[in-house]
Amino acid sequence: MADLSFVRTELVPQKTPPASEVGVIGWMRANLFSSIGNSILTLLTLYCIYLVLASILPWAISPTWGAASLTECRGILHELGREGHFSGACWGVIRDRWTQLLFGFYPSELYWRPILAFILLGVALAPVLFDGVTKKLLLLTAVYPFLCFWLIWGGSIWLPISIILGFVFAIVIYGIVSKATSTLLGAIVAIVTPIIWWLFLAAPFGNLMQSFIPLGIEAVQSDKIGGFMLAILIGLTGIFLSLPMGIVLALGRQSDLPILKGVCVAFIEFIRGVPLITLLFVASTLLNYFLPPGTSFDLVLRVMIMVTLFAAAYMAEVVRGGLAALPKGQYEAADSLGLDYWQAQRLIIMPQALKISIPGIVSTFIGLFKDTTLVGIVGLLDPLALSTNIRADMAWNGILWELYGFIALIFFIFCFAMSRYSMYLERKLATGH
Amino acid sequence: MATAKKLEVSDEVAIQISKMNKWYGSFHVLRDIDLTVNRGERIVIAGPSGSGKSTLIRCINALEEHQEGSITVDGTLLSSDLKNIDTIRSEVGMCFQHFNLFPHLTILENCMLAPVWVRKTPQKEARETAMHFLEKVKIPEQADKFPGQLSGGQQQRVAIARSLCMKPRIMLFDEPTSALDPEMIKEVLDTMVELAEEGMTMLCVTHEMGFAREVANRVIFMDEGQIVEQNEPEEFFDNPKHERTKLFLSQILGH
Ligand SMILES: Nc1ncnc2c1ncn2[C@@H]1O[C@H](COP(=O)(O)OP(=O)(O)OP(=O)(O)O)[C@@H](O)[C@H]1O
Ligand SMILES: [Mg+2]
Repeated sequence: MADLSFVRTELVPQKTPPASEVGVIGWMRANLFSSIGNSILTLLTLYCIYLVLASILPWAISPTWGAASLTECRGILHELGREGHFSGACWGVIRDRWTQLLFGFYPSELYWRPILAFILLGVALAPVLFDGVTKKLLLLTAVYPFLCFWLIWGGSIWLPISIILGFVFAIVIYGIVSKATSTLLGAIVAIVTPIIWWLFLAAPFGNLMQSFIPLGIEAVQSDKIGGFMLAILIGLTGIFLSLPMGIVLALGRQSDLPILKGVCVAFIEFIRGVPLITLLFVASTLLNYFLPPGTSFDLVLRVMIMVTLFAAAYMAEVVRGGLAALPKGQYEAADSLGLDYWQAQRLIIMPQALKISIPGIVSTFIGLFKDTTLVGIVGLLDPLALSTNIRADMAWNGILWELYGFIALIFFIFCFAMSRYSMYLERKLATGH
Repeated sequence: MATAKKLEVSDEVAIQISKMNKWYGSFHVLRDIDLTVNRGERIVIAGPSGSGKSTLIRCINALEEHQEGSITVDGTLLSSDLKNIDTIRSEVGMCFQHFNLFPHLTILENCMLAPVWVRKTPQKEARETAMHFLEKVKIPEQADKFPGQLSGGQQQRVAIARSLCMKPRIMLFDEPTSALDPEMIKEVLDTMVELAEEGMTMLCVTHEMGFAREVANRVIFMDEGQIVEQNEPEEFFDNPKHERTKLFLSQILGH
């Protein structure tokens, strides 16, 4: 029998890998041409990419930036000897109308207001989205929503201030009542008081203050607001309100209290069972009947409410998925340490459930942002509605791909950024389990 | 280790369970449980799978609700009153079979969480306490890692430290070693023995009969939701009275 014993006497030193494994050639060999089948697939794919680019690029590369009408574009292309329907894009329309696509019919001398709002948005979001940004900025984040609406709609500064006052009341009243009686009573009073304030008292208070101390900027009517500004306004409002609403709905759906649970389930199932367009029609026609008489409610605001409710129903289900994925042991460990329900939710359950749900949440956000193009149906000027508007102009009648391509590109930039951010967030939150 | 056995058991009552019954739907899991645990007592609960051991100790900190009878922990009667439940839970620590550490928090944060939020301990003090107990379970150097980066035995020791940070007067263990590889079981048992030597009141569901012999004052044998036999460990192992106890012991001690 052979001797099976073996003892290594010398350790094998580390060597550099053979040239075929490293560098460009190594990479190509490993990833593109690792077998005959794979090589054929690689070549086929390259050919397909070539076909697509070969038909798009000659069209897209077209020196028509300066043209002032479709006829002028055709003239420029004709002089270059490029004939036919798809001989070249007419980019003049983008140069001529890009401000309209971005701002709708917003007065051009006031463009600085939405631009400032957009820049401040970046500053306000930074501490929320990224670590290492000073947390003092969160103060700006808190007042940003009011600031943004005020900058864009303009008017008296007292209205946003009186709305903020509602929140201040809520906090102060909660502090007093919950200390004097119970937390539950405190919460109820703290929710009811600001609602009454906003519905009946905030506007008169704002007007009163305005008549004493007039402070404000030029007001802009809602029908002037459009384009990507509108899409971003509706999208962001929906995104930031639907997440907390969705969380509350998901928790309500999991609750042991039958009535609360029933209400949440009914809401979620109803909203999910109805097309968004129907809800938008409700917003444009019916919603006013439910509000106290005399309050005329801005159409943009009504649409924002509906879009938010719609997204919240989906969000609730996404969050519920995350909650369901958590092992029961997490709840038990939190309970056994003496954390109460809200502490357990806030510190243990939600951070994990939301982390699991990030892909779903971001998909919902992206869907919501793209759905803002539907508001054109109730007469708001979203980018697509504006493109129809532009094509109705004699100068640009007949233009199609350039406008849609531009709109698609902008939507893509925003959605892609969201998707990338969610991947960054997932990596950041990974804790190796 | 025998020192644990010599510790005085006071006659102050820590847990008093009387005529306790529990059902899951129509299934009668716990039947007429009567049990008094004195302060400083170390009790091991044994019994075949499904006999209701976990359910019993989970009733003590109200993770499960009982339907009949009464449970009094440290003088507080366990009722549906949330205040009482919270009081009891902050007095009673619990370790689970699957550790149930919070995976999104570091080891240190796991240990500081409850003291900071439930006991309102200042951060600095909570951190010191946490480090103290992490040293006690011999893993202070892991404090900044996440649970997913630790071995099973280390995770269970963190779980014990996490409970201890609340300064509980009673500790419950539900099969703390049964999800662990043999070489890790010892490190966890050592920690538990040390705890016992300090006079902690402990209720352990475990199949580690060596641990029971060394540390317990009393072994309780459960079957079909009832306490079938209880005795001092020597008597229990060497001289079981009930047929079922004999059968059970012959099975787990290997004939
Ligand atoms: N949530 C539940 N709903 C219904 N029945 C349950 C539930 N939890 C446990 N049971 C049943 O109650 C009985 C006792 O369960 P328990 O977990 O207390 O047993 P155990 O003694 O701890 O067993 P093991 O040694 O396997 O952990 C078992 O028959 C089990 O099937
Ligand atoms: Mg069990």
